[in-house]
Amino acid sequence: MVLERSRTGVSADAPVPEDAATPAGAPEALADPAGSVTIALAQFYPRLGDRAANLAAHLTIIADAGAAGAGLVVFPELSLTGYFLKDQVPEVALTLDSPEVDALRESSRAGGIDIVAGLILESDRHLFHNAAVYISGGEVLHVHRKVYLPTYGLFDEHRYVAAGDHFRAFDAPLGRRTEHRWRAGILICEDLWHPSAATLLARQGADLIICPSASPGRGLLQGETVGTASSYDVMTRTYAQLFTTYVVYCNRSGFEDGVGFWGGSRVVDPVGSVVAEVRGAQESVLFHTLERSAVRRARVAYPLLRDERNDVNDAETDRLRRRHARG
Amino acid sequence: MSTTPRPTDSDAGTLAVDAAFVTERLRGFIADGVRKVGFERVVVALSGGVDSSVVTALAVLSLGAGNVVAVFMPYRSSDPQSRVDALAVCDSLGISARVIDITPQVDAYFVRFPDADRTRRGNKMARERMSILYDLSMAERALVLGTSNKTELLLGYGTLFGDMASALNPIGDLYKTQLYAVARHLDLPQSVLSKPPSADLWAGQTDEDELGMRYAVVDQVLHLLVDERRSRAEVIALGFDATDVDRIVSRVQGSQYKRRPPVIAKLSNRTIDREFRYPRDWGR
Repeated sequence: MVLERSRTGVSADAPVPEDAATPAGAPEALADPAGSVTIALAQFYPRLGDRAANLAAHLTIIADAGAAGAGLVVFPELSLTGYFLKDQVPEVALTLDSPEVDALRESSRAGGIDIVAGLILESDRHLFHNAAVYISGGEVLHVHRKVYLPTYGLFDEHRYVAAGDHFRAFDAPLGRRTEHRWRAGILICEDLWHPSAATLLARQGADLIICPSASPGRGLLQGETVGTASSYDVMTRTYAQLFTTYVVYCNRSGFEDGVGFWGGSRVVDPVGSVVAEVRGAQESVLFHTLERSAVRRARVAYPLLRDERNDVNDAETDRLRRRHARG
Repeated sequence: MSTTPRPTDSDAGTLAVDAAFVTERLRGFIADGVRKVGFERVVVALSGGVDSSVVTALAVLSLGAGNVVAVFMPYRSSDPQSRVDALAVCDSLGISARVIDITPQVDAYFVRFPDADRTRRGNKMARERMSILYDLSMAERALVLGTSNKTELLLGYGTLFGDMASALNPIGDLYKTQLYAVARHLDLPQSVLSKPPSADLWAGQTDEDELGMRYAVVDQVLHLLVDERRSRAEVIALGFDATDVDRIVSRVQGSQYKRRPPVIAKLSNRTIDREFRYPRDWGR
């Protein structure tokens, strides 16, 4: 079955690339002291279980986004495999040494662009995780294994994959297109529904919360948008506002077994305003330039991170833990 | 040391079943499944082959001869031996067969499509038989028992909404070679046990010719792939022909849609079978 795919490479929201003449393969790193950097969100339709086809689509999008001047391209949850894998999980699982991951590393090096991609990651002990990797300059810099695996409603993730056990922020080079130090953290889809996860990333200095998602549309009979979109609208704007961080939400396109994913990928700025968005579920690549100055302005206007009483939080958490230990 | 058997014509090894145990289990399955939904009787399409003969015998064991309606539905090109075998099975079980010739209704339809190929004609026959079974189900207050085995379900060697349609299928988790062990235990007539398996859509048709592989091989490959979750490469490394293995893998994948209910476009918050999940035995 051939699926009709429209992949323009650059959506209507894309900036005009200033260095379009830069040959792919040897891009110049644009060191930007002001700390601005363009990112791309690849709202993409993975073919279920077809790693080869998905990898090929990734490499095209990565090269195009790099040539358009982006320092980071974000793909949706499980972008290399598709979502409702069920018993295919062990069959499509990869390790960080897999040729598919090598190809992504090479494309990040060649394109001068960092990559967040989703995959089933198999551990040495043969546990399978729903994971996202952050790749930069030919290296895997960070791996996030989804902590919250939903098993309610239409979800059945914990039947098929193992849960991760930590949330870590990391320095994101963003294709080395900026000299400023950006801290990032990854929350995969359901992780976003647990505010403690975003809180932990904020405490570790995150300026950028990246959320790859495979969110099925439901509640379609209640209005012109899906019910799920309203939930993500609230969460992404609220976290951006409360943690004064950028929130980058990249959802997917397409259908699996009759379930449609609703797209709606977006960038929310550090005061909670939606500054770029794909309206709809169609495949498209959304570009937006993150402004370091926007982070600064937000934290001047709302010094919430400065005022956060981590000592109170820690003390109360310790008290609750002790009480829990006593039974 | 590997205990996995090499390809042989024997159904010994990992495919071996304790036929007495399986028979007892399936006897309970039929009785429970039929009575739970308020029925006492079943209707079975009896072809004279081993699958439907096993199902009919299990039904008689489970519910008694008086509660089993066996329907023999030949087409004009059916092998005459099929009728002999079907009637012999009924005799041995102490039941009488209904005989309904489907030739008039099938031929009446294909007057419109004289160029229809054998596949269309075979599918039509299977669906005519289905429509008769479900009519008798209503007329006789009898639940339709399925006769598709695990081998043909996995290969997709059946007609959707035709011979694959049923309310209860006692043999859908038994490979063809395993069914023979149960058939011998049930003491079915020798002619049923010894003839080559066939869909009997035209004279001389056999399953193994159509599949291009022997059941003894197919069943072992399926068992390794499905039950033991071995990879394609592992199965080939065990000595099975790569072309056969690839054909089997491709058939199993390609027929997945036949083993699932129709796809429902998800719109609401509670879609049937997605979030609206109750057991089939809900309230029973």
